[in-house]
Amino acid sequence: MNWTRRVRSWLERELPLEDLLPDQLPEYVRSYVYLFGVLTIASFLMLVVSGIVLVLFGPDWWHISPVGHFINSVHFWSVQAFFFFMVLHLWAQFFMMAWRGGRGANWVTGVLLFVSSILAALTGFLSQQNFDSQWIALQGKDAFNALGVGAFFNLINFGQMYGLHIFLLPLVIAVLIGIHLFLVRSKGVVTPYEPKPRGGKTRGQTRHE
Amino acid sequence: MGRPAMSERSRKQYRGLRMVEADLVKELAWALAAVAVLVLLLAALFSSSDEPTLTAQQVAIQNPLQLVATALHILDGQNAIAGYGPPYNRGSGSLQSIGGFSPQAWAGVTIPIDAPRVFVLDPLRRMRYLDPALGPALATFESASPSRQRAWETAYLKALGKATVSSGRVVLPRVSAGPLPTLLSAYLNLARTGALEATVNLSGRIYQTDFTRALLLLQGTPLQTKAASEDLLGSQWGMMKEPGNYPGAVWLWFYTLLYQIPPYNSSPVADLLVGVTVGLATFVLLFVPWIPGLRDIPKVIPVYRLIWRRHYHGPK
Repeated sequence: MNWTRRVRSWLERELPLEDLLPDQLPEYVRSYVYLFGVLTIASFLMLVVSGIVLVLFGPDWWHISPVGHFINSVHFWSVQAFFFFMVLHLWAQFFMMAWRGGRGANWVTGVLLFVSSILAALTGFLSQQNFDSQWIALQGKDAFNALGVGAFFNLINFGQMYGLHIFLLPLVIAVLIGIHLFLVRSKGVVTPYEPKPRGGKTRGQTRHE
Repeated sequence: MGRPAMSERSRKQYRGLRMVEADLVKELAWALAAVAVLVLLLAALFSSSDEPTLTAQQVAIQNPLQLVATALHILDGQNAIAGYGPPYNRGSGSLQSIGGFSPQAWAGVTIPIDAPRVFVLDPLRRMRYLDPALGPALATFESASPSRQRAWETAYLKALGKATVSSGRVVLPRVSAGPLPTLLSAYLNLARTGALEATVNLSGRIYQTDFTRALLLLQGTPLQTKAASEDLLGSQWGMMKEPGNYPGAVWLWFYTLLYQIPPYNSSPVADLLVGVTVGLATFVLLFVPWIPGLRDIPKVIPVYRLIWRRHYHGPK
């Protein structure tokens, strides 16, 4: 059994190149609502770029350099944009019932992305090394301590929070975005919901399935 | 530039639907440009908050009585961390349990902190080479019986209520508190130099990235006082706010909301209750597609009709 051939045929079956990068989509995706996902990814890319600059110069830099402070501001507003678009995307997918048609895993990876992003943002606020970090570390530690994970995830330990923030959590988010996009492209866009007429089949079933 | 292409699978899936040209790569490029312009503008116009940390030096200079009271309560066990419980020590002040369910107790003491020693006595011991009076005062205090120490602490606390501040020094009425006036006066001086946190955090290694002990020192009245002045207390939605007029971690709204409402806001085990509730809510959110009732909400509130209005009103 050739593992490489198996992986290749699985990829060809699950995500042919035409589906990974489609140039034709159903007309109903022409709605601003479909932009929230791509705007979230764009915000994530801005976070990565501004984050790389902040990491290159070290965690103290932005407190003493006006340029560093500006890059920090870009990072800060990027995270606001990231969550703004992500939450709009989440609500839109909820109201579109985008989990229909075997797309439950898309929803699950989306929620995992949301949770990982919250942890990434929290570790970011804790890595600022200012009063905000000091205060939320001491205020937030009690819930983690009460859950018995206060030593495993110690909000007051700068080294631990910084490491999680600049490497592990962004990696988790990037991998989850990859899986999420793979699933979205592999399953295709969900068809509009067609309510069942009384005593009949759904319009969706008769038209599209 | 290339020919339009569609997989056999997509052809089947979208059969009967009106298709339009799409360009996801261009869409991503435009989205990136738009977000870049947006965040650069916001950064240039509004900057970001960077309020310096609260230090023991600031407290020692601005409110010396508060710093001395903090040290005294660390010694007498009244301080929040001194009697906190796991993961720092065997106290029970912040130990939370619901009907025997107490992950905090089960996890045990994993970041051991003997508060009087770590926050007060060890830093003073390190200063004994600079202040010759400290060695004998420390020896007297540490060799005294616990009841004797309590008596000194009670006497000092009573005197502190009548103390005044003169040229940054705490002036006490006559008090019989053993070596405590010497110790706490030296402690205040140490804090005034700005070296207290570093001394508390000393590990014998030059490289360190964990400031747990130094940050826990001011937990309690000093930090609470500053946070209250900036409307950042837990009961003021503090966890999701930034100092100043900036949007904070608004995505923590649910976690923060719980601390404002019953039964959480009056419960002695609020942190455990909030933690469990947030965990359960996350679990529910994760499995919405399989939970009858929840997954049907969009059918009752048909926002989808708005999103796909052109599809519903277009040619069939």
